[in-house]
Parts: sequence; C-alpha cells; structure tokens
Amino acid sequence: MKSSTRAGEANHWRRLTSLIGLLAVLALVAAACGSDSTTAEPASDGSAEDGAGSGDSDGTSDVNDLSITYIPKQLNNPYTNVVLGGGEGGAAEAGFEGIAVVGPLDASASSQVSFINAETQAGTDVIVIAANDPDAVGPALQEARDGGAKIVAFDSDTNPDFRDVFISQVVAKDVALIQVELIAEQIGGAGQIAILSATANATNQNEWIKFIEEELASNPDYADIELVATVYGDDDDTKSFQEAQGLLQAYPDLKGIISPTTVGIAATGRYLSTSEYKGQVALTGLGLPNEMRPFVKDGTVTAFALWDPAQLGYVAAYAGRALAAGEISGAEGDTFTAGELGERTVGEGGIVIVGPPTVFNAGNIDNYDF
Amino acid sequence: MSAQEISSTDIEAVLATGSRPTLMTAVKRLLTAREFPVTAALVALVLFTYANNQLFLSRQGVKDLLLNATIVILLAVGQSIVIISRNVDLSIGSILGLTAFATGTLFVNNPDIPIWAVFVIVSLFGALLGALNGLLVTVARVPALVITLGTLYVFRGFNNLWAGPTQYFADDRPDAFGDLSVDTVFGLPIITLGALLVVVIVAGFMGRTRRGRDLYAIGSDPTAALLFGVPVGRRVFLAFAVNGLLAGLAGVLYASRFNSVGATTGNGIELDVVAAAVVGGVAIFGGSGTVVGAAIGAMLLTTITSSLTTLRVDKFWQQAIVGVLILAAIAADRIVKLRAERRLQTSEAHHG
Repeated sequence: MKSSTRAGEANHWRRLTSLIGLLAVLALVAAACGSDSTTAEPASDGSAEDGAGSGDSDGTSDVNDLSITYIPKQLNNPYTNVVLGGGEGGAAEAGFEGIAVVGPLDASASSQVSFINAETQAGTDVIVIAANDPDAVGPALQEARDGGAKIVAFDSDTNPDFRDVFISQVVAKDVALIQVELIAEQIGGAGQIAILSATANATNQNEWIKFIEEELASNPDYADIELVATVYGDDDDTKSFQEAQGLLQAYPDLKGIISPTTVGIAATGRYLSTSEYKGQVALTGLGLPNEMRPFVKDGTVTAFALWDPAQLGYVAAYAGRALAAGEISGAEGDTFTAGELGERTVGEGGIVIVGPPTVFNAGNIDNYDF
Repeated sequence: MSAQEISSTDIEAVLATGSRPTLMTAVKRLLTAREFPVTAALVALVLFTYANNQLFLSRQGVKDLLLNATIVILLAVGQSIVIISRNVDLSIGSILGLTAFATGTLFVNNPDIPIWAVFVIVSLFGALLGALNGLLVTVARVPALVITLGTLYVFRGFNNLWAGPTQYFADDRPDAFGDLSVDTVFGLPIITLGALLVVVIVAGFMGRTRRGRDLYAIGSDPTAALLFGVPVGRRVFLAFAVNGLLAGLAGVLYASRFNSVGATTGNGIELDVVAAAVVGGVAIFGGSGTVVGAAIGAMLLTTITSSLTTLRVDKFWQQAIVGVLILAAIAADRIVKLRAERRLQTSEAHHG
C-alpha cells in the first residue's frame, strides 16, 4: 500500500477516480436490483398460502388501467410481507393494472412521506398505506387526494381526515379483549401483568392498550389483575429483550406479559425460554405462528392471537377498487364485495373490519404457515 | 523520535512496565489511568442499582448483564483498534447484519454443518468486509468517516437485497448453537468468557507488539509515523480487517443469542459502539486509549440501559445520560491532553 509520497500523489487521483467509479457502479447495481425486488413483484407467494388471492381476474373490466400502490410501515418485515402478499394477490384479482409496493426500510414517522409524494407525482389511483404516524403522513396524503388519488389506510390508521377508508384487521376492541382473556386464563385470574409494546407512538398498539386498560379497570372478572407497567421495545429485538429483562427485575412478582406486537412477543419468548423465568411468567399477545412455534412447543407460551394478515391486504385491494370505480365513497353503510371473502360494510368512521382474531395454541399452530 | 514519545506518554500506565513500584505511584497510576473514570462509573452504577433492587445482581441478573454486554464489547474492542489509528468504522452495524444473516443462512442450507465451521466462515466473511473498508481507506486516502459511511449503506443494501423479507429464527438453528449464549461456567456465560479472551488477546497485541504500537504512533501523528518508517497503509488495513473479523464474530453470537436475523439486524448499532469506545477513554482523534477501556465502556452503556429499566426510569433519560457521559469523556480527554502537552513542553525546555 505504501509508496513514496510523491510518486503516490501522481497515481492518487487516478486511483481515487476509479474507486469512485467502482462505488457508483456498485450503488447502481444495488439500486437496480433493489427496485426489482420492491416494486411490481409478482403477486404469487404470500397470497397462495391462505388461498385468498389465488389467481384469476373476475371480470371487473369496467375499471381498466387502474394503478394501486402499497406503502407498508416498513419493508422486509415478515408480518408486513404476508399482508402485502395478500394485497398483491387481491389487487391482481380485483383487476388493477399497475401493482406496486414501495416503502421505507425503517419504521420512523416521517420516512413514508417521500414515497407518498412520488406516488402523487406518478398519478397512482389508489394508495394503500399503513401509517407509522397518524399525522406525519397527513399533508402528503392530502396532496395525493387533491390529485385524485383514493387513500386506503390499512393495518395502522392515519388521522381519519386524510383517508377514505381504514381496513382494520379486526375490531380493535376484540383484539384487546382476547389478549386480556388469554392472559387472565394463563395467570389464573390474579396477579401483576405488564405490556411490552412496539414504539410509544404506534397507532394500533396504543389503541389496543387503551382498550386493555379500560377492560381491566371495568370488568369485575379482572379485579385481581394489576397492570403495573407498559414499556416499549420499539419493534427491535435487542431493545425488546432488555425491556423484558427490566420488567422481570423491576417487578419480581410479575405473573404475565402481554406483547401486542409480533417482534416484541418473539423477542420476549426467546428471552423467557432461555432464562430461569421460563414457565414461571406467562406470555401472550399478537404473534406470527411460524415465529412463535418453538416457544409454544417448549412450553414458554401456551396461547397467543392474531388475524390472518393476508386477508388485510386482500380486502384493502377490493376497497381501493370500489373507491376508484366510484362504487363507494367511504361513507358509513357503503358496501362492496371483497372477492372470495364476500361482502364488507363500511362502518362508523370509515372503518372496514376484516374478520375475527384467531387464537393459536399447541393444538392448532401447525395448521398455519405464515 | 517524537511519535514514540507522544504515544508512550499518552498510553496510560496500565500497560507500562519497569518503573519503581511504590504504593504511592501505584495508587496515582490507578487514579490517573484512562480507564479509571469509566470503571468507577460502572461500579457506582451497579452498586446504586443493586441497593435499590437486589434482583439486579441475582444469578439471572448477572447473567443478563454480561450477555447484554458481550456483543457490544466485541464490537467496541474492534472499533477502538480502528479509532486508535485515527480512523473510524461506521459500517460495523451493517457488517453485523450481513454476518448474522450469513450465520442463519449457513445453518438453514447446511443443517449438519459443525458449529465451529460456522464461526470460522462467518468471522472470515466479516474480516473480508472489514478488509474492503481498509482497502478503500488506504487506497483512496479519503477520511474513513466518509468511506465507511458509504459502505454502511452499501453493505446494508446488499443485506436488504439478500435477505429481502426472509428472517431466520432461533428455531432454524441447532439447539447447541443457541445454548452457547445461554449456558454458563461458574455463573459466567460461555460467550462472555470468549469475549474476555478476545479482549486480553487484543490488549496484548496493542500494548506489547510492534504492530500494535505502530497503530498508536499512526494515530498520534500519521505524517511522523510515515517519516519514521511505519508502514501506515498496511497497519491501517490490518486494523480494519481485524475490526471486521470481530464484527463477524459478533454477528455469529447475535444469531446465537437473539431470535431473529434478517435485513434490519444490527441497524444503528455503530453509534452505540463508537460511544462505548469514547466513553471508555479511547480518544476520537486517535493515538490514545485502550481496548480494555473500550470494553468497560461497552459494559457501562449496556448496563445503564438495564439499570434504568430496572429502576423504572423513563427511556428519555437513558439517552440523555449516555449523551452526558460522552461529553464528560471528551472533556476528560481534552484535560488530559492539555496536561500532557504542558508536561512535554516543560521536559523539552529542560532538554533544550
């Protein structure tokens, strides 16, 4: 590497230039492949799993040339991937011509804005978004609507002023209630519990937590259960791990943990199963069967809940089509057909419910693959 | 001679040999060692937390503290080698991500692969990525800050491309591999003992070998080191390669300890690691500090997180406290440097 300084200086710029050239080529290659994998990916994989999106267009020829773009909270998240798989399948079935998935690699509040702006400029007809922050995306969505786009929020709602409909997994209250029910069952109806959530400003988690708190306070069956803390693992393995440890040390009498996020419940499951708390402290919440399977099999977790994520994206596609075709306006009482899943009605506040949550346990977990 | 003089005054007493061992000098040396403030802070933190919650030092508590620190210790040790040579490697979070995912991939595609082989292959993969950084830095002679900021994104980009939405879970890896980061010997986790061994080896290398001393000389004054005949390019390249190797090792351990490895694994950890090194007394402009200090710095930062969650202190304070510690470390470094300069001036005046 070392040459005499003066001789080196002569070659220096040439080498530097070729280096920059090399880096630029690398970057272009990476960018090209990257966009290949994130946009317009064929809709086969995720949707085939649950059979919701298998295939052929069902004669919606009146809405040709429509384009739909999904903007998830974060790309490369396994849960999101199942949702998007169902979404792409649904969009193909509903007859969309242009189907794309774009989004940030980190789930921060402002990271989605530039993607929304790009869709506005491209004149996309339907934007389906899971908001990282209900208000941060507002102005960008408003611009898109002014440009004629229909906005379907799914998974995590935006401020209702900025979207036409919100596709909710399930009734938020049902999700909260089932988690309370599960934890109550697992700790024998009495004792201290804590919640390990995602980020402190995640819309959906906060709504569930609010309902969990209300239910614990109001239902006499849960009078002996005390919610001692709510902590945030930021949907990060390492942070969730340390938060779980902190909870168990700070509350030695803790009987159970509810983690209403797939990353949090899996990280906590991993920690519990490798520590002396295994079997001593109950864990439930919302998890992916594939990720939770080992913890159910080794006895760390007895039961947890989730909906079928693929259906979420699937219904969002049909809602988007109905909006773009002018069949519905997003007002309460509007109805549309969501392909194989049948008719859905827009409820109060422009909310469309996909279905009831499913409880997974040792008996049924092997029937699910997502 | 100047490079050596500066580096030997800067490198603190812990590793120095051959002066009169009176009690006074020993105590003085301990109190003025670069590692003293961070060690004192760590001890104080642990004692304070323990006083408030005895579970903090229970068997499980100690095990958790050590396990939490292990991966960051390895990364901080590697980073401090690079920083001592007046460089920095911001790409290690991305190297950790790539190597952790490589570990998951190896086990999924070759279920019968021996665990030691995974350690070797993945560590070498890390070393290769580190060597690429080293090559770019030494060939282009552009500040490492810029080069490694670039490779941070390039490596992360490849990770996203390679992993896509795929994640590998603990279930995909052999139980014996996962047990590595669970099992203990005399209450100490196996991987923590391994990390301590790495600290001892690297400390010996930095303190007692020609190559290690050269890195201090380069960090103190690169031009002087070059004039003095130190092969600067080769040494800096070595520093980056070793750092990559340790990041690769950390990647394997990450896969052993945590549930999932995927496209976002290790995202953002580089700043924690640089912070650990700086808090541990490694001067950000190179030339001084020790890997032992960096390791204690890593221990301190991960312990703060555990301590504050155990004490139920708001998350916000955690970040604020880390920030204050960094500023304190930089201030302390500045004071030490000014004192050393004054001392040098007086000794030069005597000679001249």
